[in-house]
Amino acid sequence: MTTEKQFFGRRPPELKDAHFAGKLIVIEGADGSGRSTQIAQLSQWLEANGFAVRHMGLRRSHLVSEELEDAKQGNVLTHSTLSLFYATDFFDQLVHDLIPALRAGFIVLADRYVYTLMARDLVRGSDRDWTRNLYSPAMIPDAVFYFKVGARALIERNFQKNSTLDYWESGMDLGLSRDMFDSFVRYQRMLESEFHRMHVEYGFQVLNGNLRIENLQRQLRTRIGAMLGIGTDDPAPTT
Amino acid sequence: MLCACQEEWISIAISRGIFKVPGLVTSARNYSGKLIAVEGLDGSGKSTQIYLVKRWLELEGYRVFFTEWNSSVLVKKSTTKGKKRQLLTPTTFCLIHCTDFADRYDRQILPLLRAGYIVLCDRYIYTALARDAVRGVDRDWVERLYSFAVHPDITLFFRAPLETSLQRILEGRPQLKYHEAGLDMGWSPDPYESFRIFQSKILAEYEAMIDLFGFTVIDATHEIHIQQAEVRSLIANRIDLPAFRRRL
Repeated sequence: MTTEKQFFGRRPPELKDAHFAGKLIVIEGADGSGRSTQIAQLSQWLEANGFAVRHMGLRRSHLVSEELEDAKQGNVLTHSTLSLFYATDFFDQLVHDLIPALRAGFIVLADRYVYTLMARDLVRGSDRDWTRNLYSPAMIPDAVFYFKVGARALIERNFQKNSTLDYWESGMDLGLSRDMFDSFVRYQRMLESEFHRMHVEYGFQVLNGNLRIENLQRQLRTRIGAMLGIGTDDPAPTT
Repeated sequence: MLCACQEEWISIAISRGIFKVPGLVTSARNYSGKLIAVEGLDGSGKSTQIYLVKRWLELEGYRVFFTEWNSSVLVKKSTTKGKKRQLLTPTTFCLIHCTDFADRYDRQILPLLRAGYIVLCDRYIYTALARDAVRGVDRDWVERLYSFAVHPDITLFFRAPLETSLQRILEGRPQLKYHEAGLDMGWSPDPYESFRIFQSKILAEYEAMIDLFGFTVIDATHEIHIQQAEVRSLIANRIDLPAFRRRL
């Protein structure tokens, strides 16, 4: 059964028709909030139930992902150029990967979506209307889950994973503080308050990212299961 | 007037996000330079004309900077790849050109205007507005995308009949490129026919923008030096050139 997908604004001219059988499920949350772990487990569960799964994320387009990586390393682009570059990456994936997958009936699990891109731009002082307009041809997901994790917990998880903080994830380009730890905490709080604003506006489902992995997974399965008509009797895997 | 310390405080406040600056401001003329853009179809002769303007201003000793469409080094790799592999669709075609423009705008055009230069642009945002509209991208969306850019002080539109432009561009060019010919739109499988359709649609878009954005129309059928004389006198009348003389 297909349903007509909605868009934030006018849909892009590439799409003559937006009736798709697939579903787009978005997971948002800071680095270290557990997105990829949860997505991996969701994929397993969906496939076990006979659903075909595709993944998408940021900076994965064929068109500009390498150049974006270069730009990030060199820190040579201005904010508006970087925003536009990210938007190009996003819409390239939307047209070439997301839409065909949805049309073919896949469940697409997106590891971050336009919300992260908008939040990053907004905390850097982008004009709200301009940013909103930029992403207005994007498709509205069928569900958005936001993992909320406190800044201190995020730091612990980031150190466990990499034993270092990422320059961009710490918002070092903003000049909030020369102390990376301090900058990270302040930047993540700024992002969180943007996400809070968006959660009201766009109707995210906020989940407590401080929960144990299997508890969070169970909550996701209950909600997604209800969307797709999958029973949730089977227990979450223990890891 | 703000004293230096106030200005410094404001810039610190801005960099720390205390003030919400529209990262992208429209038409706020906080610069002393002048912006001159040329627009027109491929083959209208606009690049030749702006080149001659550049030579004239340079030789007269004015502060002048020239930039052309689609030339940001950073973005070029992606654009080239996208075109070569035919990966670009109307939306990404639009966005990648806007990225290219934003890069040149933020790093060159605006800083040079603020430094008091005469900045010459071979094609400006109107090229994007025309092409993207022809590719079916929502006009309002594109206009808002480019809303960070100021409108030029002078926009010269080189108007030539479609046939003249086509003839000039097709002469000595055995093969048209995929996007150049508009083949991505599927109007016609024949590159030449497709190019003709594409260019006629762009011309119509330009014509509709003349009054809207206050283009100065130059008759591009005249001889090169005649057009150039007209362009030079027009610039000399509208811009106080001695103010732009190089100080060294």
